[in-house]
Amino acid sequence: MNTDRQTRDNLWTLITPPTVWALHFLVSYVLAAYACAPNVQVFETIGGARIAIAGVTLVALILIGAVFRRALHEWRTEGGSGFHNDEDSGAGRERFLEFSTVLLAALSFVSVLFVALPVLINADCR
Amino acid sequence: MSETAFGRPGVTGATHQDQEDEAVRRAQEERLIEVWKAPKGWRYWSAVNNTEVGIWYTATAFAFLLFAGVLGLMIRVQLAIPDNDFLSASFYNQVYTLHGTVMMFLFAVPIFEAVAIVILPQMLGARDLPFPRLSAFGYWCFLIGGVFVTGSIFFDAAPASGWFMYPPLTTQERFTPGYGPDIWLLGLSFIEVASIAAAVELIVGTLKCRPPGMRLNLMPLYAWYVLVVAGMILFAFPPLIAGDILFELERLFGWPFFDPERGGDPMLWQHLFWIFGHPEVYIVFLPAIALLAMIVPTFARRPILGYSWIVLAAVGTGFLSFGLWVHHMFTTGLPAISLGFFSAASEAVAIPTGVQIFVFLATLLTGRVIYRVPMLFVSGALAIFVLGGLTGVMVALAPFDWQAHDTYFVVGHLHYVLIGGMLFPVVAGIYYFWPMLSGRKLSDGLGKIAFWLMFVGFNVAFLPMHWSGLMGMPRRIWTYPAELRLEIPNLISSVGAFVFAAGFLVVVFDVLRPSRHLPRAERNVWNAGTLEWLAETEDKGWGVRSIPLVTTRYPLWEQPNFMEDVDMGRFYMPDAEEMQRETMVTGVLDATPEQCLRVPGPTFMTMWAAIFLGAVFIFATFHWWLATIAAMVLATAAILVWLWRGTAIIPEKPDKDVGRGLTLPLYLSGPKSVGWWAMFITMVGDGTAFLSLVFGYFFFFTIHENFPPAGVEGPGLVWPLIALALFAGGWIAARLALRINRAGSVGMARALMGGGAMLALGGGAALVWAPYVTGLDPVTHVYPATVWVLVIWTAVHGAVGALMLGYCLARSLAGRLTPVYDIDIANVALYWHFLAATALITVATIALFPLAV
Repeated sequence: MNTDRQTRDNLWTLITPPTVWALHFLVSYVLAAYACAPNVQVFETIGGARIAIAGVTLVALILIGAVFRRALHEWRTEGGSGFHNDEDSGAGRERFLEFSTVLLAALSFVSVLFVALPVLINADCR
Repeated sequence: MSETAFGRPGVTGATHQDQEDEAVRRAQEERLIEVWKAPKGWRYWSAVNNTEVGIWYTATAFAFLLFAGVLGLMIRVQLAIPDNDFLSASFYNQVYTLHGTVMMFLFAVPIFEAVAIVILPQMLGARDLPFPRLSAFGYWCFLIGGVFVTGSIFFDAAPASGWFMYPPLTTQERFTPGYGPDIWLLGLSFIEVASIAAAVELIVGTLKCRPPGMRLNLMPLYAWYVLVVAGMILFAFPPLIAGDILFELERLFGWPFFDPERGGDPMLWQHLFWIFGHPEVYIVFLPAIALLAMIVPTFARRPILGYSWIVLAAVGTGFLSFGLWVHHMFTTGLPAISLGFFSAASEAVAIPTGVQIFVFLATLLTGRVIYRVPMLFVSGALAIFVLGGLTGVMVALAPFDWQAHDTYFVVGHLHYVLIGGMLFPVVAGIYYFWPMLSGRKLSDGLGKIAFWLMFVGFNVAFLPMHWSGLMGMPRRIWTYPAELRLEIPNLISSVGAFVFAAGFLVVVFDVLRPSRHLPRAERNVWNAGTLEWLAETEDKGWGVRSIPLVTTRYPLWEQPNFMEDVDMGRFYMPDAEEMQRETMVTGVLDATPEQCLRVPGPTFMTMWAAIFLGAVFIFATFHWWLATIAAMVLATAAILVWLWRGTAIIPEKPDKDVGRGLTLPLYLSGPKSVGWWAMFITMVGDGTAFLSLVFGYFFFFTIHENFPPAGVEGPGLVWPLIALALFAGGWIAARLALRINRAGSVGMARALMGGGAMLALGGGAALVWAPYVTGLDPVTHVYPATVWVLVIWTAVHGAVGALMLGYCLARSLAGRLTPVYDIDIANVALYWHFLAATALITVATIALFPLAV
């Protein structure tokens, strides 16, 4: 088993995808809030902020996608078929963390898409 | 990983003892019982062991639940018929405010901490949590703060503005005369201290006190939930503490954070409150679901199906729940695009929440389910919670929420979520764990009666609220005229509420009735698979006879001869040779043994610290400033005495044989010590509160055309920069003191500690001097008020940093801090990283940022 070239998973790698989601959420919210502040001219369009959020969304999706690919690949090459990750070994723990990271990355990916949707339909600050 | 990390296979017990000799084992048992026994007589209240403190905590939380339940019934009596005057309007306001406040702050969150303190160490095969005195301190804070808040209603002085205390209703004397909001703010701030203390304890406990071999993938699911929820507390409670600080400064001194006439904005409170308030719903819900994750496999007679999926759900919900807070503010006029973000995240959180429900269903479907009373409550919980979740998806849609906001529809929704997602699982947990705690089972017959009364009563009470809400009945309304045709749903609700309460009283009766004449339950009565069921029916106080080596998720099911090996002391630490309380510290990933940790025993110091700290908050409520300051000094002294006597004690020998051929150190400092982790975690919470204050500054910056306002001079550049330089000097001194002390130059290190303390005090003074000398008056406008609050926060932290260095100096002079045994200075040096960052951010915000814009 070749574990040298693999990432050694830990709790930080596990929470990387949802952390990216959180940062994406925060940046999107701040960009929109800043563009609309002080919330007086509500009919003025905020094209710049929407494009910026689209860019941030793309970056977030690429990052989460990369984590997803990495974790899925490592999980598979370690024989991670089936769903038994209760083995009492370093490799068992590694497989568990990789598979959980895959799941969290999938959730985070979908959630980033969810959060980006309002940008498609809201053109101003109403 | 080398096998020697876990000792030598085949060896049992310490090398100089024959573990198979019964006389040896009996002597060990006597020593363990002696060391771990609870104090007798009035000294019983000095106990700090998790079993005593956890039971007090749980009982107190339930007492508050019953109190708030009575308030709930009073609400239902008042609303049973139209034009009722059972309660006066102003007293009714106090009743519903306290009902919500007590249920959320004094029951829902504390019951998590309470239950976790009781069962987590058992589940991890640990003798105790790493900081037993911290748990006890948290408990006393909770008790004092809780009695203070609830007691106010007997003096007709309770808070009366709803459990989320929106300004300006609550900040202006003309709307809310009296002490009500102050009692709410100060009492609950004090309890938040207890919550954060518990969070620190539980995170370190889960990460560092697992039994050897319990790798991350073998941890009981309950421990995963505890880890996630404690982490959430760390990021959710500090914003509320920051909000409370701003709120109290406005109420006590007129600093206008929420007053639009002087540049403030009530929306800031709503943001800070709900950044706390929404995650709190999940802080309440996840630990209860965690109980289901332990109960379901036991009664399905199989391991959980989809362990990783539960971890996904717990961690995923933990994160997503921080992106939901504005869905409580959909009607405040924020731009639709902002509402959209929060609406989307609110829908997304349904995914992980749904996943865990399906995991439970799949586990039940693939197992051979045994229906017992705990399973009844589990089924009821799932049914009710799913309904509440569905109405949650409805109100997460902004257009629907605009219709339903602040109506009884929301009241119905939130009770379905909280009672289905929290109260039913907790009652399931009571029936499930009671044999472990008391040695006797609760009655099956009474349990079934209780369940059906509660289940039917609940639905009869709360389902009609959706109806009355959609008819337009606003929440918190005192009464309603007969013409509105609201009397039928309200009367049904009131009848249901009393049926529900009757069911709960059956549970209370079952728990409290004398049971000494009943036969003891057998050990592991439900035939469960996890470590907490090692507990013997006659409590021995020691937690586990020996700390086991774990290689599976359900050791009692999957490891042959497991219970006997534990009982015969064939695993680790079967003895208390030096008559000290000890537990094992292990690594985060694979739980490799790292340290034999001596944990402190009973003391009254934690109680005194809580009493004096409570006095600070209570005296401040009534503006008795001299008494407040005196209590502050006493509280600090109590904490210092507690630390001096009870922490970082130098052991009589560097390491000890813990059995199975393994020798572990007795003292570790730096990142390997539990104290370092506790400091790190505490300061993450502290940093979150600080960043919430900084958020306030930038919030005001975005809503104002000019911020700082035109014509107002800021704190200048000179003094803030001098302060920053002094703090940087203190930081370098603290870091060098750690290194130089470790290298052996004790004298030099002492000089650095003293010098660093002086620099910290100087830095704080220079920082406070800056806005003072430029004449910033915090009462005039929100800008100077915001600058002052950041400055004071940083200066206070500087003073604490100075105190810590002074403490290290004293420890060094007293011979309690040496080049080898240096936990104190290692932790203080870590604190200084956070202090330096705080000073940097403060100066950058108040002095440099205005220049950049």
